Amino acid sequence: MLLLVEQILNGLQFGLLLFLLAAGLTLVFGIMDLVNLAHGSLYMMGAYFAATFVAWTGSFVLGAVLALGATLLLGMALEFTALRHLYGRDHLDHVLATFGLILFFNEAVRLIWGPAGLALPLPPWLSVPVQILPGIYYPAYRLAIIVVALLVALLLYLGVMRTRIGMLVRAGASNREMIGALGINIKLLYTLVFGLGAALAGLAGLMQAPILTVQIGMGENILILAFVVIVIGGIGSIRGAFLAAIFVGLIDTLGRAFLPNLLRQVLSSAAASTAAPALSSMLIYLLMAIVLVVRPEGLFPASRR
Amino acid sequence: MAEPLLRVEKLVRRFGGIIATDHVTLEVPRGELHAIIGPNGAGKTTLIGQLTGHLMPHSGSIHLAGRDISRLPAYRRSALGLARSFQITCLLADFTAADNVALAAQARAGHSFRFFGDARKERGLREAAMSALERVGLADRAGVVVSRLSHGEQRELELAVALATKPQLLLLDEPMAGLGITESARMVRLLSDLRKEVTIVLVEHDMEAVFALADRISVLVYGRVIASGTPDAIRQNEEVKRAYLGDQHVVVRHG
Amino acid sequence: MKSAFNVRHLVSVLLVAGLLLLPLYSHLTGNVFVLTLFTRIVILALAAASLNLIMGYGGMMSFGHAAYLGIGGYAVGILAQEGIGSGFVQFPVALAVSAFYALVIGALSLRTRGVYFIMITLAFAQMAYYVASGLARYGGDDGLTIYKRSDFAGLINPGNRVQFYYLCLACLLVVVFLIWRIVNSRFGLVVQGLRSNEQRMQAIGFPGTRYRLVCFVIAGTMCGLAGALLANNTDFVSPAVMYWTRSGDLMVMVILGGMGTLFGPVIGAVAYLVLEELLSQVTEYWALIMGPLLLLIVLFGRGGIMGLLGRLSRG
Repeated sequence: MLLLVEQILNGLQFGLLLFLLAAGLTLVFGIMDLVNLAHGSLYMMGAYFAATFVAWTGSFVLGAVLALGATLLLGMALEFTALRHLYGRDHLDHVLATFGLILFFNEAVRLIWGPAGLALPLPPWLSVPVQILPGIYYPAYRLAIIVVALLVALLLYLGVMRTRIGMLVRAGASNREMIGALGINIKLLYTLVFGLGAALAGLAGLMQAPILTVQIGMGENILILAFVVIVIGGIGSIRGAFLAAIFVGLIDTLGRAFLPNLLRQVLSSAAASTAAPALSSMLIYLLMAIVLVVRPEGLFPASRR
Repeated sequence: MAEPLLRVEKLVRRFGGIIATDHVTLEVPRGELHAIIGPNGAGKTTLIGQLTGHLMPHSGSIHLAGRDISRLPAYRRSALGLARSFQITCLLADFTAADNVALAAQARAGHSFRFFGDARKERGLREAAMSALERVGLADRAGVVVSRLSHGEQRELELAVALATKPQLLLLDEPMAGLGITESARMVRLLSDLRKEVTIVLVEHDMEAVFALADRISVLVYGRVIASGTPDAIRQNEEVKRAYLGDQHVVVRHG
Repeated sequence: MKSAFNVRHLVSVLLVAGLLLLPLYSHLTGNVFVLTLFTRIVILALAAASLNLIMGYGGMMSFGHAAYLGIGGYAVGILAQEGIGSGFVQFPVALAVSAFYALVIGALSLRTRGVYFIMITLAFAQMAYYVASGLARYGGDDGLTIYKRSDFAGLINPGNRVQFYYLCLACLLVVVFLIWRIVNSRFGLVVQGLRSNEQRMQAIGFPGTRYRLVCFVIAGTMCGLAGALLANNTDFVSPAVMYWTRSGDLMVMVILGGMGTLFGPVIGAVAYLVLEELLSQVTEYWALIMGPLLLLIVLFGRGGIMGLLGRLSRG
């Protein structure tokens, strides 16, 4: 019971991080029609920035805020120098160009921070367990991730649904010419949206940093999971990304935690311990395959026609 | 009464709350040139989509030569002898005119799981392609890549591709769209030739052409067939006049 | 147009001649390294050529092609580990398993188009990567050492550097020949027609997905062959060969050489891997140059090297 609650919370926390990544990806794709593989690099940069700034300032919160700003700026700079030339091009061109950017970022990180990877220590006030239910404790930091990510998701939802910028963003997703006709500075809007996506990725990276090590290539595996989220949720849909991310986070975490034991009840112990790791890592891809068979356009497609 | 080549019964298709095709019933006997006209938004494209299999109807049925094709995918209908041309030119832009037509002939010649022989050197396919190109007057443009053909030539090529599948029924979705006066006249001559060989359903905005060519005309308004009959009968029909022909804007609009 | 074609032909012929004569050069100069490098290049060129079949001719942008390198490799490695050393068993099994994987993944992914297809092929390849990492019996993350290369009953000795090189080169040339026949066949024209305009192809009576799927399986099988060769070349197979960046590398080779051209992927593989080799001799941080270079190639290098050759001889 205790383990189950803890694992559910872990799954929720992982799912929310996936959402932050997937939201940026799907925004950028929906509005600029750009496939950005280097999104995972921004996640990595967020983590490296955080590790560096926290060490410099000595304050976790200040460092995190600085890192967030830095990723935002980096994203906007990236859009300004490179990615805006890719708008309107083939998706294949996007894939290759941003693949090149990944190589670049990985190597740049190796050059600047070295190959070893960094640790981002938690401040004492975040590393204590909190009693969430009578007798059930959960790490304060993971709880904080859940709260922050939920807040961001809420802000994002309100921002897209209620504000003027959000209206433009939604209009852009369905009708690019219209924005131009409204006399909006479309280039600036795109740069801002990309920066926002980058900041979301950076936030996910910096929040994940104290839990895992900060290392080169850390953004790549989670980026592919974010793709799975988008495929399951339906491309271009923030709501779909949110639900699918939570779903994937839970399935992946719970699968890894409980599948080995479940298998042991059906298979011999040796066979179970051989099959379990492979099977539990396949779980979400199997889920994706099932979604593809049942609803190829995703569970919550953006268009409501 | 003999089974008509195309029989559409009580076809219904909705988009959300809007009924785009509202219990449409049509019969096209073999050998007829049947025109479908109607103002913009009348649901002509939706109807064509259901006939060709790009859209599935919500209810009702479509029979081709007595066979129920209402649920078949587009490629199966094509194999049964239903060919179409597209309103917006839809060709293999990076292939030559001859290749476009030869592929249609190839589709007629059984499955294409042949991996080794050079298909461009198959006499049968090339000859079928050339004869279809000759039919529409494009024989001298056979080796030209589609994207370099003029708009009028592309419209003609659309026809040649449809003909090369040896159809029983030809569905033409606004074949005159975007053509100039001379090109339009050529197309009308071509169609009046073709109608001797094949049954045609023609969706067209060019009223002059429609009334010159059609044996019968059905008028579609708001997804419903409000009248169906010979050109003369349609000209006299009060409801049609009110709903459609009185609208000078549409009659004048062509080219 | 005509002359452009000739320059491309000339370059292709020179390339093949160079590859055929390479062992001679290596022998004369005593440069063994160049032979080792080019064995790898030839194998990856084979993989790139197979990717080109679906990507360049079929318009299917698969970002998971390296999975077959791993599957072919693991087929050889696992059979060798279990005591089955004959290449006449290992290679057919490698091809069959690759074909089967392609059939399953293709049937699922081809339900979608465009970006979805890119993401899904990528995700499934990553799944294959994780499954291989989970194979504790066969080395897991660390990979599987192959102690004895495939045994071809004395016909060819894969342990001999030159013989193995020629085996790989022969496989490459046969595959390129097959692709040449395929793209000009009835089947090939249908697949290219589907790339150009699927709606039109369906309207004239072709069930698109069926043809695409068969093409996907052919390409996967061919790449499985490359995987079996690669495992023999390195005497080792590990999940890393199917990591998604390897799939990216293969895509880059195809684009760099010229998508949808017969010898483009071969030229692309040579150019990409030689460039990588040269850059890594200059600086440890070669990817710092390679990354932005890719961006520039995408932005300005339409049609890859083959496209460039075409423009040069026209202009």
